[in-house]
Amino acid sequence: MNKLISMEEAVNLVRDGDTVMVGGFLGVGTPERLIDALIEKGVKDLTLICNDTAFVDRGVGKMVVAKMFKKIMTSHIGTNKETGRQMLEGETEVELIPQGTLVEQIRAGGYGLGGVLTKTGLGTEVEKGKLTINIDGQTYLLEKPIRANVALLFAERADEKGNLTFHGATRNFNTYMGTAADISIVEAQEIVKVGEINPDDVVVPGIFVTHIIDGGAL
Amino acid sequence: MMDKQQTQEFIAKRVALELNDGDLVNLGIGLPTLVANFVPEDREVYFQSENGFIGLGPVPAEDAVDPCIVNAGAMPVTILPGGSFFDSGMSFGIIRGGHVDTTVLGALQVAENGDIANYMIPGKMVPGMGGAMDLLSGAKKVIVAMEHTAKGNHKLLKECTLPLTAINAVDMIITEMGVIEVTPVGFVLIEQNPDFSIDEIKAATGAELIISESLKPMV
Repeated sequence: MNKLISMEEAVNLVRDGDTVMVGGFLGVGTPERLIDALIEKGVKDLTLICNDTAFVDRGVGKMVVAKMFKKIMTSHIGTNKETGRQMLEGETEVELIPQGTLVEQIRAGGYGLGGVLTKTGLGTEVEKGKLTINIDGQTYLLEKPIRANVALLFAERADEKGNLTFHGATRNFNTYMGTAADISIVEAQEIVKVGEINPDDVVVPGIFVTHIIDGGAL
Repeated sequence: MMDKQQTQEFIAKRVALELNDGDLVNLGIGLPTLVANFVPEDREVYFQSENGFIGLGPVPAEDAVDPCIVNAGAMPVTILPGGSFFDSGMSFGIIRGGHVDTTVLGALQVAENGDIANYMIPGKMVPGMGGAMDLLSGAKKVIVAMEHTAKGNHKLLKECTLPLTAINAVDMIITEMGVIEVTPVGFVLIEQNPDFSIDEIKAATGAELIISESLKPMV
């Protein structure tokens, strides 16, 4: 199975109204070139699931500026004024989710779990409308799994089977999102032949990657 | 009278004394970040960066910046020898699993029962909680490092009026005026900055302030 595709083929896999998960933490570990190509194509009414909305000129922040989202599920929007403006003026729905809860919801979505029980958010706005469950005398909040149509990921290296390695703090959400989406497209800085990545060094197994694009060096 | 920078460094220096040899520590942005500069030399403390590593090191020289090694505020940093990178699942497993010994955070308001509000002012400032709710519910010890009042307005209160980031979470508050423990009976002043009188500290506190019988000067 050939997973290598062109940028044009990649952007055609994202459709209006899709829910998209995008890897990255304030734009670090985000598939920037894929994002640029999606903005150029002009996809709309997307639901975004991402740690944060980065900056107006970086990462998914550029997609916020291009008004591509009808809903954003994220832990932090403070570095991108445009997200705050769109939220306060009612243009875009923003659901703020604690960072650890967000990654666990994605993991639950990808790992076949019915949800996650956590103390994070108890007694706060996050608890509103959610079930609390008592386990052995301790109260927990039930957070449900989330999934997406497409995951847009970044890696330092991919082999042709989609096995991924990472550098620095770029792993963040990239290791989970591919498990919880129907399609996962990885923008790799470098694509290598099968066998060139030692199986001991693989961080994300290739089964979680459906498509690979060559992003080139940062 | 200390200026803003001196005040922040005075607070950060005192916070650093709370960190023990071998502790894993997570520092919030702003004032708490300064704490790393004042760790006593006889202690080895590991700093976590919640975007995915332990071993947070100093800012690199401009020609040594690696765009993939940044702190949780996206500023270039380094990773120290013995450090490790991991993903957000493990990073928050470390936080939520009780593996962080101490977290140091700023606050807008702290209540005498340990409730804390530090992530939004409705209609004005809504940045989101990021990892703050996880840190507050997961870290073994929560220290709030902040100026005692906001331009004279009380931040230490009977009850928070802003949306809460967590309930019953704060263990200790360190300000330019003193060190306060959050106990089942409320705020207890255990150290006093001799530059301020007890009456001044009480007046700057919007809840009952119990004075410890073993009150010490804050250094």
